[in-house]
Amino acid sequence: MPDTVKALGAPTERREGPDKVTGTARYAAEYRPDGCAYAWPVPAGIARGKVTAVDDTAALSVPGVIKVLSHLNAPRLAEPDDATLAVLQDERVPHRGWYVALVVADTLEAAREGAGAVRIDYAEEDHDVTLRTDHPDAYVPEDKDGTSGEHVRGDAEAAFESAPVHVDVEYHVPPLHNHPMEPHAATAQWQDGQLTVHDSSQGATTVRDVLAALFDLPADRVTVVSEHVGGGFGSKGTPRPHVVLAAMAAHVTGRPVKLALPRRQLPAVVGHRSPTVHRLRLAAQDDATLLSVIHEVTGYTSRIKEFVETGAAATRVMYPSPHARTTHRVVPLDVPSPSWMRAPGEAPGMYALESAMDELAVELGVDPVHLRLRNDTDTEPDSAKPFSSRHLAECLEEGARRFGWAERDARPRSRVHGSVLVGSGVAAATYPVNASPSQAVAHAFPDGSYVVRVNATDIGTGARTVLAQVAADALGVPVERVRTEIGSSDLPAAPLAGGSSGTASWGWAVHEACARLAERLTRSGGKELPPEGISARADTAGTADADSDYARHAFGAHFAEVGVDTVTGEVRVRRLLGVYAAGRILNARTARSQFVGGIVMGLGMALTEGSTMDPAFGDFTESDLAGYHVPAHADVPVIEAHWIDEEDPHLNPMGSKGIGEIGIVGTAAAIGNAVYHATGVRLRELPLTPDRVLTALDAGA
Amino acid sequence: MKPFRYVRAHSVEEATAAHAGRAASRYLGGGTNLVDLMKLGVERPETLIDVSRLDLDGVEEFSDGSVRLGATVRNSDLAAHPLIRGRYPVLSQALLSGASGQLRNAATTGGNLLQRTRCPYFQDLGKPCNKREPGSGCGARDGVSRDHAVLGHSAQCVATHPSDMAVALAALDAQVELRGPQGPRTLPAAEFHRLPGDRPDRDTELDHGELITGVVLPSSAAGLPSAYRKVRDRASYAFALASVAVVLGVEDTRVRTVRIAFGGLAHRPWRALRAEEALVGQEPTDEAFLRAIDTELSEAEPLRDNAFKVPLARNIACDLLRHLAAAPAAPTS
Amino acid sequence: MGTDVFHSEVPMTVNGSGHSPVVDHRSTLLDVLREQMDLTGAKKGCDHGQCGACTVLVDGRRVNSCLVLAVSLEGCAITTVEGLRDADGEGLHPLQRAFIERDAFQCGYCTPGQLCSAVGALAEAEAGHPSHVTGPDTAADAPVRLTKEEIRERLSGNLCRCGAYPHIVEAVEDVTRAEPVGQDRSGQDADGTHGTQDEVDA
Repeated sequence: MPDTVKALGAPTERREGPDKVTGTARYAAEYRPDGCAYAWPVPAGIARGKVTAVDDTAALSVPGVIKVLSHLNAPRLAEPDDATLAVLQDERVPHRGWYVALVVADTLEAAREGAGAVRIDYAEEDHDVTLRTDHPDAYVPEDKDGTSGEHVRGDAEAAFESAPVHVDVEYHVPPLHNHPMEPHAATAQWQDGQLTVHDSSQGATTVRDVLAALFDLPADRVTVVSEHVGGGFGSKGTPRPHVVLAAMAAHVTGRPVKLALPRRQLPAVVGHRSPTVHRLRLAAQDDATLLSVIHEVTGYTSRIKEFVETGAAATRVMYPSPHARTTHRVVPLDVPSPSWMRAPGEAPGMYALESAMDELAVELGVDPVHLRLRNDTDTEPDSAKPFSSRHLAECLEEGARRFGWAERDARPRSRVHGSVLVGSGVAAATYPVNASPSQAVAHAFPDGSYVVRVNATDIGTGARTVLAQVAADALGVPVERVRTEIGSSDLPAAPLAGGSSGTASWGWAVHEACARLAERLTRSGGKELPPEGISARADTAGTADADSDYARHAFGAHFAEVGVDTVTGEVRVRRLLGVYAAGRILNARTARSQFVGGIVMGLGMALTEGSTMDPAFGDFTESDLAGYHVPAHADVPVIEAHWIDEEDPHLNPMGSKGIGEIGIVGTAAAIGNAVYHATGVRLRELPLTPDRVLTALDAGA
Repeated sequence: MKPFRYVRAHSVEEATAAHAGRAASRYLGGGTNLVDLMKLGVERPETLIDVSRLDLDGVEEFSDGSVRLGATVRNSDLAAHPLIRGRYPVLSQALLSGASGQLRNAATTGGNLLQRTRCPYFQDLGKPCNKREPGSGCGARDGVSRDHAVLGHSAQCVATHPSDMAVALAALDAQVELRGPQGPRTLPAAEFHRLPGDRPDRDTELDHGELITGVVLPSSAAGLPSAYRKVRDRASYAFALASVAVVLGVEDTRVRTVRIAFGGLAHRPWRALRAEEALVGQEPTDEAFLRAIDTELSEAEPLRDNAFKVPLARNIACDLLRHLAAAPAAPTS
Repeated sequence: MGTDVFHSEVPMTVNGSGHSPVVDHRSTLLDVLREQMDLTGAKKGCDHGQCGACTVLVDGRRVNSCLVLAVSLEGCAITTVEGLRDADGEGLHPLQRAFIERDAFQCGYCTPGQLCSAVGALAEAEAGHPSHVTGPDTAADAPVRLTKEEIRERLSGNLCRCGAYPHIVEAVEDVTRAEPVGQDRSGQDADGTHGTQDEVDA
């Protein structure tokens, strides 16, 4: 076997880069099969009730309109596990924006016009979309996987009361929208009973399985392709209604159908981050050791599906205290179904916990970095399992050194530049190590080249590239000799790109397949390969999902410096720095992009992103990209992302932890804590927009 | 969007004739708002008269020192024009604080004046809106009203006007030139946009079928210190929470000329005449500025979610006045 | 599709070659490019001028193609990301190369718009066009020097949800400096940690 430079860890350029910069990379709505028709959905105009009549006369008279589908004439589907996929199956309207009809036309223009011409009558019922912590319907959800429900250690309330130092504070995080740049889209085509779909998805295997079940087909009659995906951030983690509608419309019309959701419709149908209210009670001894931690999170879910934003899950991981209670409560309301958004649970939960920790540091009169170091641990507080690796202290210390934390004047409002108050803040971050079983095939060709096949999805992480690196090292060959085939459900089955687990899951199977292939090649003793080459297959079921004796999480520390304009209430981030302990970093170039990208989304969560559930109408007021402010270029300063060398033998064969989400965790708290340090005023509701900041400054002055 | 006829006009006369005052005729400039509203179904024209290539794309100086901006000058070209940057910095700054480079490259002077409110209830056909559908009600007044008006609103409508450029034009005492079937006429920019009253469907005093042909900037404001300040939810590419345009002339330690207009507070650029009146002849002190602005804003009637706009507007106006009072006068030519 | 009162034939140049598509008057340039010409480089992110993913150059100026009616473009020259080239007209445009080197994208969906926008923005700065952050005393007829702050402001009409902004700004800076790009990006520091030694904004 030839000597090779280790591929893993190298800053290899992403393989699809040339396609992406020349516009030749095709996304789900960019296929145009012959005879392709266009679909446009009709959202419900009420927040709760029933459809009583569908008048499609005007729509069908629009030139070019082929078909109007509603629950009255749509094909019956098998009942899905996910109720949001039961589209056009009955007259029920569980929330505003729920799809009640679909127009199919020869052109995009006709489909849009037709959708506007469909008349729907409703029997409207009273609705309730307002999240309140004292809502009578609030309940503690069942804890299915350790991240939800309620966990209790000791007597948290009594210990809290008896402690010399406490904080008792409430933090609010609004609804947040994933808004990937590529709206959810699918192009579906039936040929001889075979369904082929190009879908914008984070995991085409699951989409294939769900479509097969819904349309009552064997899985091998369905192919789902997700070759390039324009971001997802959780909102494409499982099939969404658009792909079902596209397949349905193609079936009914006998033509290929393309459906790209209009941006304004996304908030109601693709999932969003539930708003959460966090009551944090932290109690400490005078020596800054935590005595009691109580984190109560209230969020909402829809009437048709339970989704819990598990905001207290990370609190079970972070700091030891003899007494603790972490409780989730959820209120079913007439709202769109919330779902995953980047670091679901951890992002809002760590905003609240790490902000409260900052408040506790102020109460104790200790440095906030010190407070976290003082409460470091080798053992996961909730499970009592040892951490496979933690290194939070190293992240905090390295970050503090790089950021120049030691020079910080701890007094609030101590840096005044004209009308701008400058401050800095810190927060810790954590995200669990996840992995799921995956299959993969590695194949060697006689010419010395290799291909690995796995239905991984590249939503922007650089999966093609990093999997080639994994394969190259397992095979002991240069990375250039390895091709990767990903993005189709016809490839070996694989889990989604989500939960910061894609690379770990796929890479594990790729590594196993390549190790087996290498072994076969070694056994063959350099004999010439048959013309078709030889293959090895791996399936990590039972391995990747095996229980561990260790608590496995990534950790990190975020540092932020902000300027707060006292004239306008505008907050601008001047510096952001993150240091991570995330196992082995497999590609320095693409990993940095993921860390930085997570931080940018955290910046948005802190300062610009907020959505409002309109109590009268039951929808989100900020439904488009003009109203919902994702950060723009001008909001984003230079961002530093660093990592420490971390060797952890209890992970996967690559030694990696996930990196896709931890960047958002803790960023909002670091920025909020910096705003407090700058102004001396504590704001406890995100985002920190000028209206809130100016009002707080005026009240505090 | 329903099918429509498309006519490219080669002259102003041809344009107004093609429009013919028909209810479903619309002039097309840069299209950045009209096409947007057509996609939403808010605008449903039967005929579009494309005026974007009319010979109205010049910026010319008259012998009396006034400057005429053609209606089809693109916002980016106007902001970059040396005459505008040199003599009317408030206008250049206002333009550059709006939208994005791409949108400014398309948007025209006339179209910018005619852009419609970004009120989310106006944009959503599924909700009541007296502006879009007279008599249907106002979803915003008791709805999510953070971005809405604090001045001059009515029971019928609480929308704000979204333009930055128009705020600067109001402060510059600009004149809007119109051409209709009855011939040309001129309106002061500060009176071009209306308050909603009981006719919120009418944004402006423009008669249907009239075409904006240009805007004239008077020489009186040329070279005086002027500036624009805008506050928004993100650092760029967002509409104003509040903004202010100020032109200030101080001579012999007294305010000789002052013009103040607010954006983001009302259904039209809000010319602060009472504040101006209070300041003329006064010493340009912080106290005088604050007193004058407070006088103007005392008539504000915030809605449930937008009381912050009053102190925000006060702060930026006073800050900008203070800044300009300390600035040397710009050259007049 | 033939021409009638609702459809017109529109002669235009796209990436250097002449075309005369018959367009529905309702069709935007973006939809004609993507659905009629199979030029899917320009992306539909919002369809309302709120994200910049559809940015193309019309007669050399960057615009949101989702808000331009195709029927209005008679005689215009359109350049999409597929038409970007280096000075020799053969290889990748320097911005395209810089984007790859700086890893200035992840999902890639905003990338064509960022690139076309950057091409337009560089030309505007060269022509002396000011931005919101250009100092008032900057000469009106000289090229504007593109600092990080200028680049950020000028590209703010192009949203990126993956958060590639810092790398995009670096890529554009590389091209404005016209320095060779392609230094080592491994990020291995002497002290055993990894990371960029980026400058910090003042």
